Amino acid sequence: MPEPTPPRDKDSIRNILVVALSVCLFFAVLVSTTSVLLKPAREANMEKDRNRNILAAAGLYQEKVTRDKDIPALFAKFEVRLLDLESDRLISEAEMDALGLSYARYDQRKLARDTKLSRALPRNEDPAGISRQARYVPVYFLREAGRLDRIVLPVHGYGLWSTLYGFIALMGDARTVAGITFYEHQETPGLGGEVDNPRWKSRWQGKQLYGDSGRVELELVKGSSAPGNPSQIDGLSGATLTTRGVHNLIHFWMGEEGYGPFLATLRP
Amino acid sequence: MTASLRETLVSPVFSNNPIGLQILGICSALAVTSKLEVALVMCIALTSVTAFSNLFVSLIREVIPSNIRIIVQMTIIASLVIIVDQILGAVAYEISKQLTVFVGLIITNCIVMGRAEAFAMQNPPLPSFVDGFGNGLGYSLVLVLVAVIRELFGSGSLMGYEILPLVTNGGWYNPMGMMLLPPSAFFIIGFLIWGLRVWKSDQVEQPDFEIVHHTALSSRPA
Repeated sequence: MPEPTPPRDKDSIRNILVVALSVCLFFAVLVSTTSVLLKPAREANMEKDRNRNILAAAGLYQEKVTRDKDIPALFAKFEVRLLDLESDRLISEAEMDALGLSYARYDQRKLARDTKLSRALPRNEDPAGISRQARYVPVYFLREAGRLDRIVLPVHGYGLWSTLYGFIALMGDARTVAGITFYEHQETPGLGGEVDNPRWKSRWQGKQLYGDSGRVELELVKGSSAPGNPSQIDGLSGATLTTRGVHNLIHFWMGEEGYGPFLATLRP
Repeated sequence: MTASLRETLVSPVFSNNPIGLQILGICSALAVTSKLEVALVMCIALTSVTAFSNLFVSLIREVIPSNIRIIVQMTIIASLVIIVDQILGAVAYEISKQLTVFVGLIITNCIVMGRAEAFAMQNPPLPSFVDGFGNGLGYSLVLVLVAVIRELFGSGSLMGYEILPLVTNGGWYNPMGMMLLPPSAFFIIGFLIWGLRVWKSDQVEQPDFEIVHHTALSSRPA
């Protein structure tokens, strides 16, 4: 390769270090500036997307029918409360203020890293693979004519490549599934990524989470589930580990360590 | 614009197309072309990354030590891709979710790296920028053609608007399911390259070897 400039010692150790460092520094500043500047817009988009997913899990959002601008109005019908997973009760506004929490700035991931507001899960109690669980989680209630109609609960857990974040909606009886949706994951498109498939998600509707014993009995099975069985759902074909991840996260979040005890208090 | 700059811009679109002739960047051409809208966003993302990475590489081409030139180019390309990804997340969130990993994979797209190494390392900033832009356009042309064919025949729509009324919606068109699967892009790109080489026959490569005559026959006196 002909040199474009007169001989100059650009391969010296000193020049290598200078070029490497200055390139890194320049682009580090460029990337972080963009990131900081665009953060508000990205967060607004993520919040809108999250609200859309809450509506979708509850069955209030229909693809291509519901318009984007209707999302805030529809979402306003929900009552948001923070649930204390340790005492299994909803906390009041005053308690939220005391803890310095608010719905608008609520960030479950940040909370899960806060040692005071979360707890570490020992390996044998952590089937969902989340390692830390936030103590306070938002739950969304929809009431129709004074009666509890839908309960939407955030869930997350590890699949094959990534943590899946989503919502599960229950009917007012606090045991029948109304819908499920995942808003963030990095599973293989076409295999594990099929957790987004509307046809698969529709199979969750009407399934029973709890058996007679009160334990979580809903399971994702390999092959086809027994037709009409209210506590079995077909796993995703070609995605054994993602399916297992979803199965585990449902068992974890709906069980004793998750919303199980709270949901029991809602049942007559 | 001088003639040589125009040549730099236009030649990668038809006569030296990165996908059609250089056969680079096939991976994303298969993955993101089932919908026109997604493909267009991918084209914009790749074109801007190629143009600006060429510009930056060219600006510092005379001080980049040859030992670490590839890693310096990668740093530049990767940073630009992250910036593009951030911008997409802010202005086109829905589409950026559909593009998922493929925006990140622009980093490994051979076109970007190929142009930085082959052109920007030897040329001044302006022609390098134009070359990157032109190669992005060449890539975009193929992607848009493939996406139009795939979305039109696979879903009967373009940009999400129904063009051919589907049987399921009471129309007459029965969609070709295969068009929505990645292999169809292989066939379409294959036919496009064939068409391109019929039109510009100088792009046909010399065969690597010639089939010799049957030895038993040719050794026999005629």
